[in-house]
Amino acid sequence: MTLLNIFADPHISINHYIAVSAMLFTIGVFGVLFRRNAITIFMCIELMLNSVNLLLVAFSTYHHDNSGQVFVFFIMAVAAAEVAVGLAILVTIFRNLHTIDIDELKNLKN
Amino acid sequence: MRALTYTSFLGIACLVLEIFNLRKIVVPVVILALLAILGLNFTEWNGSSVSFYNDMLRADNFALAFTGLLIVTAAGLVTMSGSFYDAEETKLADYISVIIFTLCGGIALVSFSNMAMLFIGLEVLSISLYILAGSKRRDIRSNEAAMKYFLMGSFASGILLFGITLVYGATGSFNLAQIAVYASGPNVDPIFTVGVIMILIAMLFKVSAVPFHFWAPDVYEGSPTLTTAMMATLSKVAAMAAFYRLFSVSFVNNFAGFAWILSVVAAMTMLVGNLTALNQDSFKRMLAFSGVAHAGYMLLAIMSLYHNSANALFFYTVAYTFASLGAFAVGISVMKRRKSEKIEAFNGLGKSNPFLAVALTVFMLSMAGIPPLAGFFAKYYVFFEAIKTQHLAVVIVAVITSAISVYYYFKLILAMWTKDSEDIEATTGSMSYVAIAAICLVVTLALGILPSLVPSITQLASK
Repeated sequence: MTLLNIFADPHISINHYIAVSAMLFTIGVFGVLFRRNAITIFMCIELMLNSVNLLLVAFSTYHHDNSGQVFVFFIMAVAAAEVAVGLAILVTIFRNLHTIDIDELKNLKN
Repeated sequence: MRALTYTSFLGIACLVLEIFNLRKIVVPVVILALLAILGLNFTEWNGSSVSFYNDMLRADNFALAFTGLLIVTAAGLVTMSGSFYDAEETKLADYISVIIFTLCGGIALVSFSNMAMLFIGLEVLSISLYILAGSKRRDIRSNEAAMKYFLMGSFASGILLFGITLVYGATGSFNLAQIAVYASGPNVDPIFTVGVIMILIAMLFKVSAVPFHFWAPDVYEGSPTLTTAMMATLSKVAAMAAFYRLFSVSFVNNFAGFAWILSVVAAMTMLVGNLTALNQDSFKRMLAFSGVAHAGYMLLAIMSLYHNSANALFFYTVAYTFASLGAFAVGISVMKRRKSEKIEAFNGLGKSNPFLAVALTVFMLSMAGIPPLAGFFAKYYVFFEAIKTQHLAVVIVAVITSAISVYYYFKLILAMWTKDSEDIEATTGSMSYVAIAAICLVVTLALGILPSLVPSITQLASK
């Protein structure tokens, strides 16, 4: 399972799934690191989690093992709970600051 | 692993008590229930290492010992929450149930034997802590702490998940034992190594090790102090135990390649944590950096996996938890009265309330590792394990930094005993803070005189 020559390979193999997921994950990571709008950052975190879901399903089929797909349901449930709490925190910030730009959050720096 | 089931029910029972307007009895009921669960937990001690729910959890001595420590910590936090949240009585049951749910996450984290349980435990722990960190809704600093903690936490979970997925891709299983079988085999796929490194990064995030520690001081400072105490004790101990469990079961055969990364991280963590703590003037920020430094000392135990350093890690976490919990109990009662979080708020405490001042002095000395307190033996055991595994250079760094740490712990002690304050009235802390400080004081002194009181947890954990 190497990532070499995926573009030369005419068939869709597990390596293509790894490549796509890795790309989606990287986009998510860069979004979290460089975007300043809290909602966009939330979406980028979701993108990271969904790239993991895609890869889990691909590996699950590859290994003929169902536990990977079950894990996806756990991730979805937890991600929903996480975002619910995250949005609640965002609402309290918006009530106090009237902005969701995370650069405005600097009351705690020395 | 009955403890996990019963604590989950206890969390729900709290919310039910709230529905029936029985708010007044929530705190005593929960403390009694936690003590009962603690007793039940130890009936499984030295059992046959049973696995539960299709090998999702495993109740070996390692899991039971850390579960016991977490339950005691949670009971201490619930005791203090009665007076800490006295201005928000209507929400008391909610806060306590969230504390109990955090405990559930912690128990899952110290007893998992499947990657799914590691993920769920970590998320239950973290999501509850996001809620508690932001629980002062009108305070912008609390909002900010919650937001930073949330962003860093979910980022780290994303990395952890990708790591777990890559490991699954290589091994075809989430079960720790089966992963260990693959990992000790002849052909280890490169994606397995990448996966392990991503899991390692995520765990370092959670235990706030350098260079992933930057969120800790801000989050510790902004959160309500009781939540800070929880992050410093319950959450850090659970994450550290999970880290140890994961690497000692699954990756121990490939560990030589990661040990040098960990030794660099541990040395950096101790240096940065202790040196930055030197010029902090806020009590909570100072304890945050001291917590970062202590994570570095605990990493020494993880580096010495081969020699089964679980005992050293457990002793260190016990000593650290009680010193920290006690320090926060004294800190909360002083900061509440003086309405300041600066170290100057502790001026003259030696005159106005000698008991609290003596207790805080002992906790600080224990954290600094002065004999004959619990913290001295904790550091001694951990350093000893690291020397046995030829990590001499890191131990030298550890000894030097622990000498440096004495300076900032003494800054607080000197403030209490040598400086004066206009506020000379007796600082009569609420009884619950005094009680917690007294219990922690007794444990810290007792473990310093008789370190063998902490039972050996390796008989079954080594299997």
